[in-house]
Amino acid sequence: MQGQFWIIQTLNSVAFGGLLFLLSSGFSLIFGLMRIPNLAHGAFFMLGAYLGYSLLIRGMNFWVAAVVGGLAVGLLGVLIERFIIYPNGRILRAIGRFLDAAIFRPLHVISFDAFWRGLISRFRGLVGNEQGQVLLTLGISFIVADLCLLIWTGDPMTLPAPEALRRPLFVAGYAFPTYRLVVLGIALVAAVGLYLLMERTRLGAMIRAGVDDREMARGCGIPVSRLFTTVFLLGATLAGIGGVLGGPILNAYPGLDTDMLPLALIVVILGGAGSLLGAFVGSFVVGFLYNFGIALVPDLAYFVLFLPMVLVLVFLPQGLFGRVQL
Amino acid sequence: MKRASIISLAIAAAALVAVPWIIGGDFYINMASQVLIYALFALSINLMLGYGGMVSLGHAAYLGVAGYTCILLVTAGYNQLTAAVIAVLFSTAFAGVFGVLSLRAPGLGFIMITLAIGQIVWGIAYRANDLTGGDNGMSFPARPMPFGFDIRDAKSFYYFTLIVFAIAFFFLWRFSRSPFGASLVGTKDQPRRMRMLGHNVWLIQLLTFVLAGFWGSVASILYVYYNLFLSPHALALQQSAEILLMAILGGATSLTGPIVGAAIITLIKNVISTYVERWNTLLGAIFVIAIIFMPYGLVPGCKQLWGWLQNRRKNRTLQHDAPSEPTA
Amino acid sequence: MAMHRRKVLKGLAASGASLAVLKAPYVQAQAGPIRVGFLTIKTGPLASGGLQMEQGLVTFLKERNNMLAGRPVELHTADTAGNPAQARTKTQELVERLNVSVLIGPLAAFEALAIDDYIRSSQTPILTVAGAEDMTQRKSNPWLVRPSCTSAQPSHPVGDYAAKELKLKRVATIADDFAFGWENAAGFQRAFEDAGGKVVQKLFSPLNAPDYGTYIAQFKSNLDGIYTGHAGSNGLKFIKQLREYGSKVQILGGFTPVDESLLQQMGPEALGAITGNWYSAQLDFPINKKFVEAIQRDYKVDPGVYAAETYLCGEVLEHALKEIGGKIEDKPAFMKALKGAKVPNTLRGPVSFDELGNVVGNIYIRKVEKKGDKYVNAVAKTYPNVSQFWTYNKDEFLKNPVYSRDFPPAKNLEN
Repeated sequence: MQGQFWIIQTLNSVAFGGLLFLLSSGFSLIFGLMRIPNLAHGAFFMLGAYLGYSLLIRGMNFWVAAVVGGLAVGLLGVLIERFIIYPNGRILRAIGRFLDAAIFRPLHVISFDAFWRGLISRFRGLVGNEQGQVLLTLGISFIVADLCLLIWTGDPMTLPAPEALRRPLFVAGYAFPTYRLVVLGIALVAAVGLYLLMERTRLGAMIRAGVDDREMARGCGIPVSRLFTTVFLLGATLAGIGGVLGGPILNAYPGLDTDMLPLALIVVILGGAGSLLGAFVGSFVVGFLYNFGIALVPDLAYFVLFLPMVLVLVFLPQGLFGRVQL
Repeated sequence: MKRASIISLAIAAAALVAVPWIIGGDFYINMASQVLIYALFALSINLMLGYGGMVSLGHAAYLGVAGYTCILLVTAGYNQLTAAVIAVLFSTAFAGVFGVLSLRAPGLGFIMITLAIGQIVWGIAYRANDLTGGDNGMSFPARPMPFGFDIRDAKSFYYFTLIVFAIAFFFLWRFSRSPFGASLVGTKDQPRRMRMLGHNVWLIQLLTFVLAGFWGSVASILYVYYNLFLSPHALALQQSAEILLMAILGGATSLTGPIVGAAIITLIKNVISTYVERWNTLLGAIFVIAIIFMPYGLVPGCKQLWGWLQNRRKNRTLQHDAPSEPTA
Repeated sequence: MAMHRRKVLKGLAASGASLAVLKAPYVQAQAGPIRVGFLTIKTGPLASGGLQMEQGLVTFLKERNNMLAGRPVELHTADTAGNPAQARTKTQELVERLNVSVLIGPLAAFEALAIDDYIRSSQTPILTVAGAEDMTQRKSNPWLVRPSCTSAQPSHPVGDYAAKELKLKRVATIADDFAFGWENAAGFQRAFEDAGGKVVQKLFSPLNAPDYGTYIAQFKSNLDGIYTGHAGSNGLKFIKQLREYGSKVQILGGFTPVDESLLQQMGPEALGAITGNWYSAQLDFPINKKFVEAIQRDYKVDPGVYAAETYLCGEVLEHALKEIGGKIEDKPAFMKALKGAKVPNTLRGPVSFDELGNVVGNIYIRKVEKKGDKYVNAVAKTYPNVSQFWTYNKDEFLKNPVYSRDFPPAKNLEN
């Protein structure tokens, strides 16, 4: 019986770690490059799960649904990024001109265009405005969470795993859900993919340059603004895919976002923001801490993650692999 | 502009005192008391946020430490005043420890440590059910009778809260104008230069943290007096985030900003939610819109808007029909 | 200025203070409308139950054409968002600003406890559905009546049934780590062990645990059954994951795990689960059949315990009002009628109340079976006249501490 405990818990830990990597890799990327703690990340994850549910009950193939759901969330992320976080001034000014011509000038009200420009003139986007980022991303998470409640109502939704993966697998004579191991496999593939992206492609090189020193990167001619959009798209898509893939394990329910966001934050802190390796290692560390911690010290179940995080931060403010000045 | 601000202050003070007469109805007076209590929370967190640039997501921990201590002491038979004083002192000492730990990591690390410690306090409140009643919470026997005044009814309680709030506001106003306050702003803007000038940046930040904790604890006691009940829900991350958002929304760099933020969020949660079922979306939308048009908060944003409009009017009268560009 | 504002506010309040104000057609009524305040949770993680509560109550009033005892009914719904402070504020609003004569709800125990002293001081009759044991035991509120059940009331019979009829010997319990979970599991443990069984393992999981793998791995391998005291979506998740790990052990539960609202999302993993509840959508009473039909027609789902409990509150309210001729303003008479109510026909069967205000009625042992192409809670056995004290003597029961993590002590735990 003891053997069963250790084997199953280890499998639990790595499987959970894989899921956490899908959740937090996006967050780590976004924070690493843009220095924005995207507190709407949990909401993106939850939205992905709900979208996955809707696609799956309409009969879509599971893997296609994961990609489609992920991209849908990614698209939302891009819209948010382009309009609010790092807005394109031209678009905003065009909106002002349009409203002016269509509504306000015919009414002989004050020159709305000038008023609008005055309003948005001080809006440089949120890069650098730490408090504004908190306000904005939390505001977006409120909106997304409430709209999910409106659309899918309050009942929890189960996402059906692909038929073939529903039987348990037998590892060393003990049953373990096949699907979780598959998610682990996907997380490993994703980790390798992201690694290759970062280390072997031009895009990756540009991202790494931007993470290390944004101003120099801009000085070298790297289109940082477009890079931001790409990274945000990638991060949000990862969150969305993570939501769909995590759905059969976690279900989709109101509150999934606030349950998962602290986990993402802990992973990124432990592993160090901006470092993909950090997010990878951090995910598994958290997976082990969570599973073994709860089983071995059940009285500390509520602090089994926060206590180590405090300890790490107090002694290693950069996290285990931190590259970015937090 | 000194005289204008004194006049506006006097008007505001008069309005606050007259609130029970203006709005009548116990429910609304109680709402006003709640706004003041949350405004005090927001003001306390703004000491750290607006002047010190430190973002804390664990402020609700003081509700736990000060609140539960006060309830436990009063239930155990201690006199109300003693209980309140001990609770505030204990909670302020806790703020000291909290601060020392949190200041170990700057930036996102600070936010995360405060979040983690806030969650740990919440977890203790949840788990130690023999002490705190767990998620069922604890009820507070009765409101105190400060100097013999009965504050059980809405109007008296409002005035009691208003007096405490006024004292706190005065203190914070003096703080913002004090040399210490100035050095705090300095540590936010130019920490390295401050160090070079001989200031102990760490100590300044810690003292601010403790002061914020002190006033947060005072607000926690008021909260317990108002609700006559405390449960771990009041210590949750959502509550900490709300207090933070109140300060940011209203404008962390201004003295009155957090009050405005607290008023808006409290009123939407409690009053508007009766009429608007999607009040969470409304709240989120306000955050998003506010940040786009007034990136530094509503109060500074409105002040700038007002100034811009004044300038436009001045320009119009000066340059009649000639096309004018906004000077803002 | 003040008068104008007050007029506007009153106008707003009158014209639709909440999205669920139901105005009755003008009728030759005795003394104006009966204003009912309804506290529920419409946003946040507990919204699922709260929204169903609203469905149940709205269905009840629709059936009665918004009339009770000859008077029109005005329903004022308040969203407490699962937050005790907000629950208190909303209660004050309902009582002070909207002048309700009776309250229904709230959903969560901690909300009910937060408004407890206010209920006493404002002397507002309340029909509650929150499960906290002490509200009708050691800290009973004279203005409170509970037609649904305490947290452990349905768990006692399950313990009895599991030991005597299913002949289970070794059972593990797992519940959400908060007061409801403790009380729920404790009730099962006590009755099960008193009937000859042994609870060999007792686990508690945090309310917001994302994953149960680590708990499932801890279960001993030679169990006859696992009792789950999980609420809401946690029960759904736990049972699903339990089966995914290959466990075929008998699932037992109180009234929350396989509630109809969750059952429609579940598959074969729930088959055979034995749970206890004062309600099942399969109950054969004509009132219930009509209720189930109405809910299916309007909301396309089977009603679960949340929808049923507010419908039940409506039934009890109606019965009491009829007894006092609709004069709800006569508070002492109204409370007496509520507490003394003996309603022979409700959607759950006959109900009455004990002196502490808690319901005495049938508890049904239900088994999850497949009916057609959906899963239902078929009734396997009925335990009649079950009170909150089960078969225990009331005074002895009250002398013991309230059910918690450590009481009753688990003497048969194995390591």
